[in-house]
Amino acid sequence: MAELIVISTLNGVLFGMLLFLLSSGLTVIFSMMGVLNFAHASFYMLGAFFGYQLTRWIGFWPALVLAPLLVGAVGMAVERYGLRNTHKHGHVAELLLTFGLAYAIEEIVSMVWGKSPMDYRIPAALDFPAFTVFSTNYPAYKIFMLVVSVTIFVALLIALKRTRVGLIVQAALTHPSMVGHLGHNVGRVFMLVFGVGSALAGLAGVIAGPSLVTQSDMAGLLGPILFVVIVFGGLGSLPGAFIASLLIGLIQTFAVALNGSLASLFGPLDPGLGPSPLTDIWNVTVAQIAPILPYLLLVLVLIFRPMGLLGTRES
Amino acid sequence: MLEVRNLHAYYGKSHILQGVDLDIAAGEVVSLLGRNGVGRSTTVKAIMGEVPPQGTIRFKGQDIAGLPSYRIARLGLGYVPEHRDIFPSLTVRQNLILGIKDPRRPGKWRLENMLDMFPNLARRADTPAGVLSGGEKQMLTTCRTLLGDPQLMMIDEPTEGLAPLIVQQVGELIATIAKAGVAILLVEQKLSIAMKISNRVYIMGHGRVVFEGTPDQLKSNAAIREEWLEV
Repeated sequence: MAELIVISTLNGVLFGMLLFLLSSGLTVIFSMMGVLNFAHASFYMLGAFFGYQLTRWIGFWPALVLAPLLVGAVGMAVERYGLRNTHKHGHVAELLLTFGLAYAIEEIVSMVWGKSPMDYRIPAALDFPAFTVFSTNYPAYKIFMLVVSVTIFVALLIALKRTRVGLIVQAALTHPSMVGHLGHNVGRVFMLVFGVGSALAGLAGVIAGPSLVTQSDMAGLLGPILFVVIVFGGLGSLPGAFIASLLIGLIQTFAVALNGSLASLFGPLDPGLGPSPLTDIWNVTVAQIAPILPYLLLVLVLIFRPMGLLGTRES
Repeated sequence: MLEVRNLHAYYGKSHILQGVDLDIAAGEVVSLLGRNGVGRSTTVKAIMGEVPPQGTIRFKGQDIAGLPSYRIARLGLGYVPEHRDIFPSLTVRQNLILGIKDPRRPGKWRLENMLDMFPNLARRADTPAGVLSGGEKQMLTTCRTLLGDPQLMMIDEPTEGLAPLIVQQVGELIATIAKAGVAILLVEQKLSIAMKISNRVYIMGHGRVVFEGTPDQLKSNAAIREEWLEV
């Protein structure tokens, strides 16, 4: 049991930090521009595929730097030539643009790389067990993923709190037009933020690609969970996104690892009613309902705390 | 310095500004008066490009109608909006820092001078600006815009919702700014400050200017005051 807890906590924190690499960009973009970027998870997928392709051409380490930059450039182009032109037609138009983009990216990726999983492997330098907890070997690559995510998180925090551009971004989170009246080019800040947000999503893709599966449906799988995270944390709140990312990461990991059911929990009290539709519920395991948990959480949050954990506005 | 000719603006289908003309010379203090909803705030918003303007707006001879607001600000036109848009999560000092357009080329106003001028702001320099009182927020936004070294400052309803004593302080600050040679366009509903510090006043009604003159001319014209100002 102790082993399960330690390993699941590590995995949960890791998954949470990966989620945060994505949700941080999504939530900052949302608060600054009012655009819920449906294509955000697609940037994550692009990161994984660019990472895979570049790794084959020039190796993993250059790819780790280059792929997120490429994804960031794609993001900036989307902001500059797509969103900025759609902006005058209102948020619905922008939303539809990102929605269409998500599908377009998925189709393009499956045209170029096909629909089956890529052979995107953990680099040999990191393919060894980092340490052994009880009887489980914990892979070094997962530790590497954790280190990268935490480093980026700290770097972002410093950039946001300690630099002038960071100040401008923070101010533009609540009052973008006032920032413009003070003589700062808000449009350029938007493009930069969109670029950095996309690059972070791309980076998450590059490092998650070898560990999870690099496939053309990976954006579709992760996207909905991402929305749960930012709604749960409170739209537009970075600390909220951080807490929600970790929480959802942990919940999902633990739920998958736990194999309990109502039957095992209340075993001795088994009502023994014989076969009925209720027997199924009685015997369903936590692992089986794990995929539903985030969405269940989303529904509960929307009912009982519509502004999310730390949000200030109604979602 | 600022020249507005036949300015029109719309909110959706409603025609808010219907041909506004106004002029402000360098160093001049001009007030824009009128009742609620006659288009005073919309006039300054249209000048800053926050509401799409139609017509001619020239600042220092350059046509600025419809430019992005950061470019207008960089030409030397400062704007303090009606709701004192402070950045609530940033500290007072950080708010002020953001008023500086280019840290490599500081203007004639310095952050330290601002804090010397307002001990209240100095004392709270490192607290989030969201906790300030209404009067302190007004001082903060005005100082913040001033740090951008504008040649003309448009200040929208600075005394709204403030206690009489604070109103007086705001009036003194505006007078200090004017003495330093910065032209001011003051949007007000109350007459008190406007009559004291203005060189000229404009009165708006139904989306256009209905009176233009000196404060003395307005004082002696009871008919105009009754028709366009008094409630």
